[in-house]
Amino acid sequence: MERKILLKNVDVPGIRSFEVYRSTGGYSSVEKALQNMTPDEVVEEVKMSGLRGRGGAGFPAGMKWSFIDKKSENPRYLICNADESEPGTFKDRYLMEKLPHLLIEGMICSCYALRANTGYIYVRGEYKYIIGILNQAIREAYEHGFLGKNILGTAFNLDILVHSGAGAYICGEETALIESLEGKRGNPRIKPPFPAVVGLYGCPTVVNNVETLANVGFIVNQGGGEYAKYGMGKSTGTKLISACGNINNPGVYEIELGLSVREFLYDPKYCGGVKNGKKLKAVIAGGSSVPILPAELILKTAAGDERLMSYESLADGGFVSGTMLGSGGFIVYDEDTCIVRNTWNLARFYHHESCGQCSPCREGTGWMESVLHRIENGQGRTKDIDLLVSIAAKIEGNTICPLGDAAAWPVASAIRHFRHEFEEHVLHPEKCLKR
Amino acid sequence: MLDKKINHPLHAKTNINVAFSEPTLERVRKIIARYPAGKQKSALLPLLHIAQEEFLGYLSVDVMDYIASLLDIQPIEVYEVATFYSQYYLEPVGKNVIEICRTGPCAICGGEAIQSYLEQKLAIKTGETTPDGLFTLKAVECLGACGSAPVMQVNTEFYEYLTEEKIDQILDDLRSKSIEDKPEASKWKEKFF
Repeated sequence: MERKILLKNVDVPGIRSFEVYRSTGGYSSVEKALQNMTPDEVVEEVKMSGLRGRGGAGFPAGMKWSFIDKKSENPRYLICNADESEPGTFKDRYLMEKLPHLLIEGMICSCYALRANTGYIYVRGEYKYIIGILNQAIREAYEHGFLGKNILGTAFNLDILVHSGAGAYICGEETALIESLEGKRGNPRIKPPFPAVVGLYGCPTVVNNVETLANVGFIVNQGGGEYAKYGMGKSTGTKLISACGNINNPGVYEIELGLSVREFLYDPKYCGGVKNGKKLKAVIAGGSSVPILPAELILKTAAGDERLMSYESLADGGFVSGTMLGSGGFIVYDEDTCIVRNTWNLARFYHHESCGQCSPCREGTGWMESVLHRIENGQGRTKDIDLLVSIAAKIEGNTICPLGDAAAWPVASAIRHFRHEFEEHVLHPEKCLKR
Repeated sequence: MLDKKINHPLHAKTNINVAFSEPTLERVRKIIARYPAGKQKSALLPLLHIAQEEFLGYLSVDVMDYIASLLDIQPIEVYEVATFYSQYYLEPVGKNVIEICRTGPCAICGGEAIQSYLEQKLAIKTGETTPDGLFTLKAVECLGACGSAPVMQVNTEFYEYLTEEKIDQILDDLRSKSIEDKPEASKWKEKFF
């Protein structure tokens, strides 16, 4: 039987309201943490759980928490990163829309663990209706004494506030998000210092993804050890996968990490196979930034092992034959998809979203877009393909934030695995299926 | 010597006095109170959303200068933010702003065809406004609703699983609503930001 942590109660009617959420055991972790645990004990449980950041980087959450500057006398902040903008990713939207209290419960425990008295939820500007849902849930939590002063009669005070972005992919990067929350352009900061030392308003700050924080309630209730029994190896717990593209059942699925890619892709419980009986061509497994893999490499590793939905298995083979779990945005391409056109589309996205701060990214994303556009439109030259590889290599690793890498990887991997299609486009542009 | 006219929205200052109504100012004060004392600049993004909603759907220089004065910051601090984020419009837009997603997952699920259909139905190109001022069509990057592609957002509302028939219906509804009413956005005003 499949085991769920986050979406267990998602189908309970009215679960968005405080009363119904509470009747399913909601907010019990806040009672346990505040009344029976010290903040450090909560941190220890999260460390023990092996929970990794669900925004894309997969960094262990407990370790991130432990970096917080304990010597600083400044106030501490927790920021929930709800700036979900990675193409192919819509899990946080689903989670906040269906289970807003799960996020708030997780945030209360997390703020307690970090000794933070203010938490901000930074929601991408396009999710305006989500802001309404969150504000409603927060209001209910205040009314029932789970937010505000002296929560549950303890000395712990906490305010959670919602902040709206205004349309900028880059603000999903944690230091750009902090800049944006300070009312500035979303230009990422140079690290170090990391936000745990110098974050919002120069104070110690932790930025965690929505899904990461939503897991904390379970970890407090059941213990980190119990959480670690879900999943496999260092990929503990469950993961929300947002599946889209040419599949029969697009949507958000909670899977236990370690499920086989084949099962996820073909089982009617999940994606239900490729739409219209077409053949599978390729998959971008973790949001548009991660390397694309052709059908044979997404289902099996280069060594011939079954590929699994876990941080380690998807990364097996490095960038030569592997990819990343990333944000869990699972984009499926059928046999009719033009890889050149889609690579150009994504290159345009990164060019549009580059903040313009670092030259390799600002200029490089523009050149990648134009060269790909040229190839897509039948004016490509054979040497353009190596030119793209060279531009991608010059962006990667040479920028302040990972947007440069995120822009370079889709182009480099598309050429690595589908070079023949780029060549075909240059030599016989009239043959392209989309023409 | 310096009287050459520069054609840029940031140079279109008209010196018209703009000011929020008292109820809006009350909201503004509440928003500023969400941030620590002295950090009122944090309220800039939410305030620009409100200003855009209240003043004709876009941010003129006069409006931006007014926001700067409310937050006690320099006008340039507002301009640099307003020009950075894609949801702020620096030029007038139609009553309904249609934002169609053009990014990968929507594109492979028929988004490009829907965009062409919208252009054809509205008889404008992407980026333009209809002569009656009812619609502006924009192509935007991923709206985070890829599972229900193709998608678009009109004002604050998401429209998903788009087909040509659906587009016909949505445009008809918006037309009939827009004749007297303000855009859909107004009904949400209290809840947002």
